[in-house]
Amino acid sequence: MSDFWILLTASLVSVCCGIVGVFLVLRKMAMIGDAISHSVMPGIVIAFLLSGSRDSLLMMFAALVFGLIATFLIGLLQQTGVQADASIGVVFTSLFAVGVILVSLFARQVHLDQDAILYGEIAFVHWNVWEWNGIDMGPKAVWLLGVTAAVIAAVIGLFYKQFKLCAFDPALAAAIGIPTALFHYLLMGLVSMATVSSFESVGAILVVGMLIIPASTAYLLTDRLGVMIGLSVASGIAASLLGYGAAVVLDASIAGCIVTASGLLFVAALLFSPLHGVIARKLRQRKLAADHRAPASP
Amino acid sequence: MTNFVAMLADPNMRWIFTGCLLLGLSCGVIGSFSYLRKQSLAGDTLAHAALPGICIAFMLTGVKSIGVFLAGAAVSGLIATFGIGYITRHSRLKQDAALGIVLSSFFGLGIVLLTFIQHGNYGNQSGLDKFLFGQAAAMVGSDVTAMSAVCLVLVAVCILLFKQFKLISFDPGFAKGLGYPTALLEQLLMLLVVVAVVAGVQAVGVVLIAALLITPAVSARYWTNRLGVMVALSGAFGALSGGLGTWVSSSVSNLPTGPVTVLAAAALFGVSLLLGPQRGLIAKRLVRLRAKRRLRLEGEVREAERVKGEAAL
Repeated sequence: MSDFWILLTASLVSVCCGIVGVFLVLRKMAMIGDAISHSVMPGIVIAFLLSGSRDSLLMMFAALVFGLIATFLIGLLQQTGVQADASIGVVFTSLFAVGVILVSLFARQVHLDQDAILYGEIAFVHWNVWEWNGIDMGPKAVWLLGVTAAVIAAVIGLFYKQFKLCAFDPALAAAIGIPTALFHYLLMGLVSMATVSSFESVGAILVVGMLIIPASTAYLLTDRLGVMIGLSVASGIAASLLGYGAAVVLDASIAGCIVTASGLLFVAALLFSPLHGVIARKLRQRKLAADHRAPASP
Repeated sequence: MTNFVAMLADPNMRWIFTGCLLLGLSCGVIGSFSYLRKQSLAGDTLAHAALPGICIAFMLTGVKSIGVFLAGAAVSGLIATFGIGYITRHSRLKQDAALGIVLSSFFGLGIVLLTFIQHGNYGNQSGLDKFLFGQAAAMVGSDVTAMSAVCLVLVAVCILLFKQFKLISFDPGFAKGLGYPTALLEQLLMLLVVVAVVAGVQAVGVVLIAALLITPAVSARYWTNRLGVMVALSGAFGALSGGLGTWVSSSVSNLPTGPVTVLAAAALFGVSLLLGPQRGLIAKRLVRLRAKRRLRLEGEVREAERVKGEAAL
């Protein structure tokens, strides 16, 4: 049974991260995803100190606030003339440092393990169950992730057209009256939600792998946005299955194995993708060269 | 202040303090070149990518020494640099996605290896995870000497190749035209970043060493437009944050050095952001106010002339 719950949790993480990750990759904001996943750390710790539990709405809210603060600060620094990459680096390292300091100062009073935040405890999800009226309703993490996945799917589904336009042509989107800034912050809010509901399972650092790698894999396989979202989720789930299997065999970190597996899937897509793969492109070039040469030689 | 003196009275702490100062100095110096080359986040990626190298080096040799780790991290850092370059050149993904992919898959591999080491029967493995966040107070004399020596070498290389690094930071095409081996110099700069990361791992940790490479350089950029001054200032800011980090974390129990150092650097950045002479927020506001006042004065003069002209007609 525990295998089932772990795999279900990992798959839900793939769904949450896979959907929002696509938009991060398309908008060339992959490193902002990295920054947000580090920056929610102080929010998680503060909410934990206030509420004393790991799966509260307060935690979700605090993480959301810190994710948006990070996005806002990065934008502010860019406006004052700091290079984009450097402003990301300054903001997320500082917020992350605040989080680590809070954990190490208060780690004794509360049951909040630094390792658990950073690398996740997906192996233990099935122990932390939600009981409602004395009935075992299944692991809390699964419920939390399920709700997050539903919210993300609903928001993206409702505003699919707007998100699509903002991702591919923000100037046109602004020109026809779509509030691009609002959708930017909405997307960042969704990224923060995906990050915080996944952090318990895969950890604050490896979330970024789940956000970026499956979406990049999908980006190499298709030219259609809808298909890309589906492929991104599918490759995340495939990586979860492969990674969990590898982790059981090797007796190593499950989250680490899942991210490594999705890295391997990415390498496979990079080499063998029929559309944009390295090998396919080589073959096409060779064919083109052959076609070019053929009429010239009688 | 008294515990500062007390800290310096302890010979071991004195060494650690000096080591962290030097670490901050060298990271600041190298960071300013990567900032100007718009490669700040490459430092972050290389820092994360060093983890699997360090783990493999430990698994192969079974000793925790800075030299062995340096070799491991250099190899995995080079592979990571190559990976980033390959993805950006041979696919339609942009550099930020390439950085994110390499960062997280290498770090994921590192975590796998780390847990593999912890579960396996490697003796002497305890404390390897301390490398992730750094605990300067736990360093021993030989670690500090090695770290300081590496940092001094880094600064020396930067001073010796200052002209070349300056050229590839601002105009790599021109450098190539002059006949400098630009590809080699760029690789060398990346290698220096890797070396700085490994040197700082014990004191600051893998996750936060990137801040030492980025933040002092950004802060220094606020104060000057000259590269030499910027590099020196960035080194000074880095050294100051390193020193402050060691001092505070040694006086409060249970506080890792890395985050405190990063926060010190961030505070210096905040000060620079406000007070920088030309680019700082206050200076910019003053310039805008002055321009507005001049515009108003000019408007008044023009208005007076117009009135005079109409009167003459």
